[in-house]
Amino acid sequence: MIQWVTPEGKLTKQGLKHWSKFSNDEKREWLRWMILARQFDRRAILLQRQGRIGTYAPLEGQEAAQIGSSMALHPEDWVFPSYREHGVALKVGMPISQVFLYWMGRVEGCKPPEGVRLMPPTVPIATQIPQAVGAAWASKLRKETFVSVAYFGDGATSEGDFHEGLNFAGVFKLPVIFFCQNNGYAISVPFNRQSASETIAERAKAYQIPGVLVDGNDVFAVRGVMEEAIARARKGDGPTLIEAVTYRKGSHTTADDATRYRPSDEVKEWIEERDPVERWRACLLHEGLISLEEVESWTHHCDEQVDLGIKEAESSTPALATHLFEYVYHEVSRKLMRQKTECETREIPWLN
Amino acid sequence: MAELTMVQAICDALQVALEEMPEVLLLGEDIGKNGGVFRATDGLWEQFGDERVIDTPLAEAGIIGSSIGLAVNGFKPVAEVQFLTFIYPAFEQIISHIARLHTRTQGAFPNSIVIRAPYGGGIRAPELHSDSTETFFVHTPGLKVVVPSTPSDAKGLLLAAIKQPDPVIFLEPMKLYRAFKEEVPTGWYEIPLGSARLVQTGTDVTIIAWGAMVPVAMQGASECEKSGISCEVIDLRTLDPVDEETIIQSVTKTGRVVIVQEAPRTLGLGSELMAMIQEQAFYSLEAPMVRVTSYDVPVPMYALEDDFRPTAEKVAQAVYKVVQEGGR
Repeated sequence: MIQWVTPEGKLTKQGLKHWSKFSNDEKREWLRWMILARQFDRRAILLQRQGRIGTYAPLEGQEAAQIGSSMALHPEDWVFPSYREHGVALKVGMPISQVFLYWMGRVEGCKPPEGVRLMPPTVPIATQIPQAVGAAWASKLRKETFVSVAYFGDGATSEGDFHEGLNFAGVFKLPVIFFCQNNGYAISVPFNRQSASETIAERAKAYQIPGVLVDGNDVFAVRGVMEEAIARARKGDGPTLIEAVTYRKGSHTTADDATRYRPSDEVKEWIEERDPVERWRACLLHEGLISLEEVESWTHHCDEQVDLGIKEAESSTPALATHLFEYVYHEVSRKLMRQKTECETREIPWLN
Repeated sequence: MAELTMVQAICDALQVALEEMPEVLLLGEDIGKNGGVFRATDGLWEQFGDERVIDTPLAEAGIIGSSIGLAVNGFKPVAEVQFLTFIYPAFEQIISHIARLHTRTQGAFPNSIVIRAPYGGGIRAPELHSDSTETFFVHTPGLKVVVPSTPSDAKGLLLAAIKQPDPVIFLEPMKLYRAFKEEVPTGWYEIPLGSARLVQTGTDVTIIAWGAMVPVAMQGASECEKSGISCEVIDLRTLDPVDEETIIQSVTKTGRVVIVQEAPRTLGLGSELMAMIQEQAFYSLEAPMVRVTSYDVPVPMYALEDDFRPTAEKVAQAVYKVVQEGGR
């Protein structure tokens, strides 16, 4: 497993070798974005508990995998997320308020700002994988260099769509990155019940594509392997499967109770000894790239941004119910026009 | 104009689309070198090359899933599913994604995909090749569903479907692929979606059919002509959005309705048509409406398919029934 920073925040030999590849400014940015993702996540859970947003899928513990990978993207690259990639969404340009709107059950949360190539969260598991393959295919057919990234979890690798997507990408040598955050559990089912193979990365071999196993809580290593995978894709050398080994610190969603299925000492170890944000913070402190005061002020600033996002989301006017009829097709059919009227007037008509 | 069978007309439409729309590409199983198992893409791979007429791995969810990515990133995929009965692995991509993407993203990403699939029975195909499950797609908001019954309609509707910004499920009745030839306009030629075809006008009974049931309905109608019953026959052509206007106008005139449907009876499109007619033209009806459908049993192996599917005799019987019931 590729690791450039140890859980204690020390650079490994490989880490030292790659250290100068990225600017100090960028390295600081990684921490800032991870802090934003974490502060967003913690507030979202609180909001759910207060009844201000609906059921929410927390990401805490997976910040390094999400920020490290998305920091490597160009604005014209495509992102096909699952439903836990709030860190990725924020990084590629989704406003905080809109991510909240999504979890408030508002469709505005699915529509990215103009020019942001982020698909809406994918709920049916693994279905985004062949879709990301298609977007990469389009890029290749037009002889562009933009890549496409499919984000998914360990559970998704049991689905047929995972196989079909990787198989297509291998056959047509498409510029797509399959980025798996293996957090050990698909809701309650541990990875050894998903697959008899030891790693997910090793399955890449069967599709004749590189498979990379990386410490997903090491933002530096994730950023590095993603950079390489993207460079290969842009050059026309085809897809890569990256398995980022990580852990979700909390439950699958706010409706789940992870204590029912995960041993407490395992959880404790990941929280106390392998936290991705702490790791990178320790590394940057050790390398003298940040000060504790700076981290504190960043955290404070992130909290303010999150506050502002909540305020915007909560004060935005919800769409009218009649809006439901506007985007089913590009024009409103006769039938839907009648149903829209029914919705407006709240009167059951004779003609449905 | 050229004399073409339906499958030739479809191939012609695809050829014209590939020629005139650089964003169109075809993908599917055996559609390249082999020209499609029914030859619906015959010669297109040779003419347009491997990047526009693409033989894919044998994986329906992969074909349809990657079509979504191709569409959002600027292409216009026309995907072939070899038989409608094989579409189910891709069902999730169609129902959960294709049908909803426009709604979910409020139009942020293009979602213009045509899925072509040969469907229905009557050609002595092997087991599990002959489903007529158009209802699944009509039932799903966000999809348009088209079924031609003649060569020139097939071409005009397919080109219109390809021009659509909305996703279209384009179902091709295998039974009619080579049933007859007719004059088909050359070059770009469209028939707007959502408009039914009045196959023949009549005054006593309205027979509504689509796909391979159109010739069956016609045969039934001419049988009834012998007894002096005048049948109006409507070919729906587009199942969603359905041409309510043509149907209601006809029913208002005749007051009697027979619906001929190849699918099993329960919750087939015929059920929805009956509901729609009941709501919009109840007071014009002279008799209860009658459906002629396949039975609510799994599509049988072909030795029994003629017993399973609607026939012209059954259509004629249904016509006599609604005429006698209402008195003339």
